[in-house]
Amino acid sequence: MSDPPATSIAAPVERITAHAAPHRAGSDLPFYAVMGSLGGSYILLIVALLAADLIYTSPQHFIDALSKPEIQYAIRLTLITCSISALLSIWVATPLGYLLSRFTFRGRWLVDTILDIPVVLPPLVIGLSLLILFHLPIGGTNLEEWLQQRIGIRITYAQPAVVLAQFAVACAFAVQTMRVTFDQIDARPEIVALTLGCRRSQAFLEIALPQAWRGIVAATTIAWARSLGEFGPILVFAGATRMRTEVLSTTVFLELSVGQLEAAVAVSLLMVAAAMAVLGIVRLLGAKVSR
Amino acid sequence: MIELDNLSIRSGPFTLSGVNLRVADGEYAVLMGGTGQGKTTILEAICGLRSVTSGRVILGGIDMTHVKPANRGVGYVPQDLGLFPTMTVRGHLEFALRVRRTAAAAISARVSELAGLLGIEHLLERHIRHLSGGEAQRVALGRALSFRPRVLLLDEPLNALDEATRDRLCQLLSEVQKQSGVTTLHITHSRAEARQVADKLVVLTAGRLAERSLADLDHTPHEPGPMPTSPIVESRPLASGSQTR
Repeated sequence: MSDPPATSIAAPVERITAHAAPHRAGSDLPFYAVMGSLGGSYILLIVALLAADLIYTSPQHFIDALSKPEIQYAIRLTLITCSISALLSIWVATPLGYLLSRFTFRGRWLVDTILDIPVVLPPLVIGLSLLILFHLPIGGTNLEEWLQQRIGIRITYAQPAVVLAQFAVACAFAVQTMRVTFDQIDARPEIVALTLGCRRSQAFLEIALPQAWRGIVAATTIAWARSLGEFGPILVFAGATRMRTEVLSTTVFLELSVGQLEAAVAVSLLMVAAAMAVLGIVRLLGAKVSR
Repeated sequence: MIELDNLSIRSGPFTLSGVNLRVADGEYAVLMGGTGQGKTTILEAICGLRSVTSGRVILGGIDMTHVKPANRGVGYVPQDLGLFPTMTVRGHLEFALRVRRTAAAAISARVSELAGLLGIEHLLERHIRHLSGGEAQRVALGRALSFRPRVLLLDEPLNALDEATRDRLCQLLSEVQKQSGVTTLHITHSRAEARQVADKLVVLTAGRLAERSLADLDHTPHEPGPMPTSPIVESRPLASGSQTR
């Protein structure tokens, strides 16, 4: 084998050692202008929507709307059902999020897919599916009848249906939040705890759970906010009966249907304020977590 | 006593086969070997944190191969220490005793004893976020020793420390081990660390465990090559292509 010619080695060396020609990077201004205007357009749209609502309404509209007994009832029912749904969601989401974060098992992809269904499915379909589930004939009866006969509880077109419709969607978001929370918590201390004589349950309760409290608050808040915004499943599964199953999201629909646009806008803004308050809490907690 | 009898461990694509080891009661053994050889895997198998495909883990003369980590009586200090982020130093020292439902007076006495031994009395009420590297190592060691384990396993516990702190802690480890008489297996890459603490040196290379003389430490490369196998610590070759990491 012959040596390569000297020039074939010298040429790359020369290219490496040679100084680059002076270079001046251009301004970053166009980059910021394009990115800012594209992103800003969406923020502008949301602000414009809220501003339009605010301009359209007046303090008197708020007073009128809030003095209606139906709307007062809807506010009370909304606060109660959203809180129950959020608590039920966190009760389920904490163990589920922990299991999905810490363990791998056969068929896990199926569990992940099932949990994504309430997130991607149109909410109306969730309501329809709940309605079918409770009225599907099984052995000469159905779930709704069975519950009424055995426990004396009416679900469909009653207040429990509001909670169930909210929970069915909100819980999926709480599970996602809790899973991310436990993903971010180092599993090593729990493993060390096992070598120190702990059972799995003790490692979870004494090591993992105290670290997850901010995630628990965030997941509860998200579940509460999702419940507040639910409309489709509530309309289908619980109905929109005044002074019975009416929550704020259905109030907007009912007020619109009778031509009370001012009341609908006032209630909408009330919901925006509530949503902003809870999302503000989440952001605040997120900022504390990242610090 | 720690005894590994023809142990095989599989962890994903990584496999160790035919691992044999014997550390006598009260002995301080140091395990050295190149990165990715499986030292931590062996330690985790002794703890019960990694399932064993075949062979036996015998601790204090009892076959612990299929015993839960909680019931093995092993004090474990992992590389990253695994301290409990929401607890104080006192909480760490009390933890293992609390889960064993030890009487409050006995817990308090043991915590005082350990804090004195490790020189951390002044840190007892401090949160672990506010500890230096050396202080955190002492707490992790105290937590592992708190329930008087039969075996102590240390996985590169002094890695992230400066030389002076490392020397002080080596001395402390040696003293604590002699006082408690706990059988110890300590992983390290540092020859100086091994020289300070070891009664026995074991080297893992290419899936083989071999005992080497402490006098050979100066000549031990950082990632030692194959050495003759002694009759005490015997290792069998890996199954074909079994070490795949």
